[in-house]
Amino acid sequence: MILDWLSAALIAAGALLSVIGGIGLHRMPDFYCRLHAVGITDTLCSFLILGGLSFQAGLSLASVKLFLIFVFLLFTSPTASYSLSHSAWKWGLNPKGVEDHAPSAKIKVRE
Amino acid sequence: MTIFLYVIGFSILVTMALALARALAGPTVFDRILAVNMFGTKAVLLVAVVAFISGRTDVLDIALLYSLLNFVGVAAALRLVERGSFYATERVHVKTKPGEKL
Amino acid sequence: MKHYISLASLLMIVWLLLSGHYNPLMIGFGVISVALTLWLSFRMNIIDAESHPIHLSGNLVKYWFALAYKIFQANVDVVLRIVGVRPIEPQLIRIPFPEQDDLSKVIYANSVTLTPGSASIEIYPDSVLVHTLSKEGAQALIEGDIANIFPVTSGVKKEETQ
Repeated sequence: MILDWLSAALIAAGALLSVIGGIGLHRMPDFYCRLHAVGITDTLCSFLILGGLSFQAGLSLASVKLFLIFVFLLFTSPTASYSLSHSAWKWGLNPKGVEDHAPSAKIKVRE
Repeated sequence: MTIFLYVIGFSILVTMALALARALAGPTVFDRILAVNMFGTKAVLLVAVVAFISGRTDVLDIALLYSLLNFVGVAAALRLVERGSFYATERVHVKTKPGEKL
Repeated sequence: MKHYISLASLLMIVWLLLSGHYNPLMIGFGVISVALTLWLSFRMNIIDAESHPIHLSGNLVKYWFALAYKIFQANVDVVLRIVGVRPIEPQLIRIPFPEQDDLSKVIYANSVTLTPGSASIEIYPDSVLVHTLSKEGAQALIEGDIANIFPVTSGVKKEETQ
């Protein structure tokens, strides 16, 4: 019973995070900021939803499969995200709003 | 509990709709690929939730495969982008004349 | 040699968990496919301390728990910034790597990308270029937010290669 409520709370929090990430995809000013909004839905949201579902499944093969899905997402999402941002950088896309702030202006970034 | 999972599935569908809207509206091609990547991740979660709605946990294998396919798809799309242009459209541009049908 | 034994047991466990059938025929298929995979990776010569870092196992588990806490904090921060409670001030900074061997660089850059609010963009020989969502996040990364909990890898690796 308690486990049911706990898993329901985890899944609900994950769904809320996923909707917030979707809104963030539209509120952020440029591509590099949208990368962070997608980062939310890739890490904590998927972790909460898969964890809540595995609480419902209990100790079985289903929760092992959920754990494997989680591990795959954990290992592939930073690689996909890095290759996206790196190819955007190589293509010449400059981040917006960076020049106004002090610590970044002192560093020579493009070599 | 099933009603609750339906609500969760619906909110994941809303997120997928938002990602599709960004993929259609995105100013650069990288925005589109980012949105498609997020769409794939949400599809994996949706398949997992659907497996628990229907009570058939064998469906989880599909989610497992889809999470790998999604990553390979993003890497392949980026490979095409990094080479400068999409090969297919380039070839079509060379071969066709104005008014000619493919 | 111990890398191959570890890889074989790992692959066999994954096969048993994913198949769910425990009759001799399916387990036989599992043994055949594990043997084929091991033979292919032996021919390709890709199994070494870098691709299969078993010498890090204990350190890595501790590191993952510390990193999970950081990811949770960063998620709350980014959610507040999306909703509009805190401002969005993008920053570009270069951060030196805590260790200089390739495996540590990969783990560090991936950890930075995995934490929402900071994403690595470009890798230079001694540092990584990071795009962060806020001034506070950039300041925390410069002060060594992730580098402080980073596992000690290079010392163990030297022993491994001798």
